[in-house]
Amino acid sequence: MSSTVIRSVSPAVTLESEASPLDSSLKRRLRRTTRRHRLRAFALTLPLLAFILLFFALPLVDMMARSFYDPRVANTLPETVAVLEDWEFEGLPPEAAYAAVTREILERQEDGSLGSLALQLNHEIAGARTLLLRTAKGLEETPSPAVGSSYQELLTSIHRQWGEQDFWSTLKIMGNSFTLRHYLAAFDQRYDANGEIVARPDYEQVHVMLFGRTLWASALIVVLTLLLGFPIAYHIANSPPKVGNLLLILVLLPFWTALLVRTAAWIVLLQQQGVLNDLLVALGLVADEARLRMMHNMTGTIVAMTHIMLPFMVLPLYSVMKSIPPVHMRAAASLGAPPFLAFIRVYLPQTKPGIAAGCILVFILCIGYYITPALVGGRTGQFISSFVAYHIQQSLNWGLAAALSGVILVTVLLLYTLYSRLFGGDSIRLG
Amino acid sequence: MPITRHRTTRAVALAAGATTLFAVAATASAQSITVVSGGGAYSQSQIEAYHKPFAAETGATVNSADYNFDLGPIRAQVEAGNVHWDVADVEEHQAIRGCAEGLFEKIDISDMPAAADGTPAEEDFIEGTFSECAIGTILFSTIYAYDERQFSDGQERPTTLADFFDVEKFPGRRGLQSKGQGTLEFALMADGVPPEEVYDVLSTEEGMNRAFSMLERVKDDAVWWDTGAQSVQILADGEVAMTISWNGRIQTAIDEEQLPAKIVWDNQMWMLNMWSIPKGGANVDLARDFIAFASRPENMAEQTKHIPYAPVRQSALELVPEEIARTLPTYPENFANALKFDASWWADYGDQTENRFTSWLAR
Repeated sequence: MSSTVIRSVSPAVTLESEASPLDSSLKRRLRRTTRRHRLRAFALTLPLLAFILLFFALPLVDMMARSFYDPRVANTLPETVAVLEDWEFEGLPPEAAYAAVTREILERQEDGSLGSLALQLNHEIAGARTLLLRTAKGLEETPSPAVGSSYQELLTSIHRQWGEQDFWSTLKIMGNSFTLRHYLAAFDQRYDANGEIVARPDYEQVHVMLFGRTLWASALIVVLTLLLGFPIAYHIANSPPKVGNLLLILVLLPFWTALLVRTAAWIVLLQQQGVLNDLLVALGLVADEARLRMMHNMTGTIVAMTHIMLPFMVLPLYSVMKSIPPVHMRAAASLGAPPFLAFIRVYLPQTKPGIAAGCILVFILCIGYYITPALVGGRTGQFISSFVAYHIQQSLNWGLAAALSGVILVTVLLLYTLYSRLFGGDSIRLG
Repeated sequence: MPITRHRTTRAVALAAGATTLFAVAATASAQSITVVSGGGAYSQSQIEAYHKPFAAETGATVNSADYNFDLGPIRAQVEAGNVHWDVADVEEHQAIRGCAEGLFEKIDISDMPAAADGTPAEEDFIEGTFSECAIGTILFSTIYAYDERQFSDGQERPTTLADFFDVEKFPGRRGLQSKGQGTLEFALMADGVPPEEVYDVLSTEEGMNRAFSMLERVKDDAVWWDTGAQSVQILADGEVAMTISWNGRIQTAIDEEQLPAKIVWDNQMWMLNMWSIPKGGANVDLARDFIAFASRPENMAEQTKHIPYAPVRQSALELVPEEIARTLPTYPENFANALKFDASWWADYGDQTENRFTSWLAR
């Protein structure tokens, strides 16, 4: 940035230097010192930049790359993948593919990388692990077919799946280093044996439903926090400072409490043997056998998330309301507006930036939220993040986890763009 | 190994002394072997039943090491040609895998001591508890247990696996493990599939659908647990009427914390831990002696006093006092229609099956 500044300034300097050489040298010196100061200031931010680049940007890029780039099969079975490139999913692949895969399985067995290949194929093809290990064992005894026989017959005699088109199709698709298969899986689709994109069977469809659930639940939480937070923010902003500060501390207090403690407190309150249920039973409002299930389901998630998100709604609202002069309402009243009309026409429009900021902040935080739904959501109150966690920790299908995160990221960016188009980028005030 | 708790606390104190004992023995004898196992109460029970008497009988030193039943370190030692674990206690599927990879010495079942009545080891060991490279040591089960407090006197109690899935006959919430592994086998057996056909049925699309539609019956009443400790906790808290769990965990809670629970053994699902010898160690012969020693029926019976796992030999079970024997998976009444858990089936079909299970759970 500094270079453009210098370039734009230099012609002016030359002009002036004709007029007064002393003046220009002074300016040069001044310029040099400012530049030095600017560099020094920039140097102070270097550790942070390096930190962000190293521990945030790079892993993020790496993770996102995994969602569409996966060269592992292409690297372990290069020849086979090359032969399969010319095969267009019609019938079984040519003999050359069988010969190549035989050779490469033996090589991989030799260098010890067959096991990890087997695990990886097993993600997409049930039984691929046994297939590869048994094939390797079979090939150790008869590494090449008898005279007059083919590699195809040899492999198919070791394991029948070598004679199935499905298996080869999947192998070909996994051999593509650049692939959309993880994104297809994220939307409950897949490639079939002919390389066409088809929907997954009903019982495997879950991601789209979870995306939908995450979106509507997040929207509901936004509405709830707005309904609860607006009056609180108004009250804090319009109380005398002493009371206002106290109220603000009450809003912030949960902020300073560990997330797990807050979440556990909700479990204590809402579970079937919990405080609220005990109270309802004691009051005779609910029968002991019919205690309400408010925890470990969507109700639990909504309640706990609304509580946790409340400060993120109250603070932007408060900071905007604080800046609205009280005389506006008085002026409206003196001009004859009834309180409700004055509120709608005069006050509410002025809080728009705060509402916009609070809503977008809460919504974005909700979409990617993991820990609270995981703790109180049971099975039906989970967000899409639970499947990101599942694929990272349990199924070890990082490609799919990355694709799911990618979809979340794009959704957030799209919503943000839409929002700033509707409300104008600078109308959002985060306090 | 699902449980790490102790049956008798006395063993802990004894074990502390044992370490010093071994140190003294080390100076007296040149021979020593290292036995690696899962640690905690489980290793303690082995030290009491096997390590100490073996040291006393042979004069050799037995060192105990802990690991988390992962083949990695064994593979590293064998490949580097620097084997310092002479005997390894491994889970069955790891034994099969390690054997295929050539990590273990071959062990012949006929080298194991015969039973007191002369029955050769091959017939005395329960079917499926020994293989080419490994000899079974203990056996434990996944079972279900119910909360006795939730049943009044004279009320009918659940006795079969099908009862667990019958929420109309036995109302109340059910605890199940939140993964397909094990849960699907139980669902099929409850639906009437005999244990020996479970994995064949599960390998078909219809069989899988059948298992899931069985689970659908308890879904609304299910509490899903992730760890063994949780399974005991929800039962103790009265949150569920019955729960799937592991026999060792439940039995320990019954013995030590007076948990009013009862184990139902019908269609239990068992798995086992095995002794193996990492290839290329310096003390292979002594390691073989140790395994033969640990396979003596009387020593196996001794271990059950310290931990509620079952010996894998018929003759060992006969030596166990009746009141303990009843609480073990291999007690004839308990063992009648047991299913042997098939880890290699899960290695092949686990990815797809667990994905489907997780998707099903989230709906």
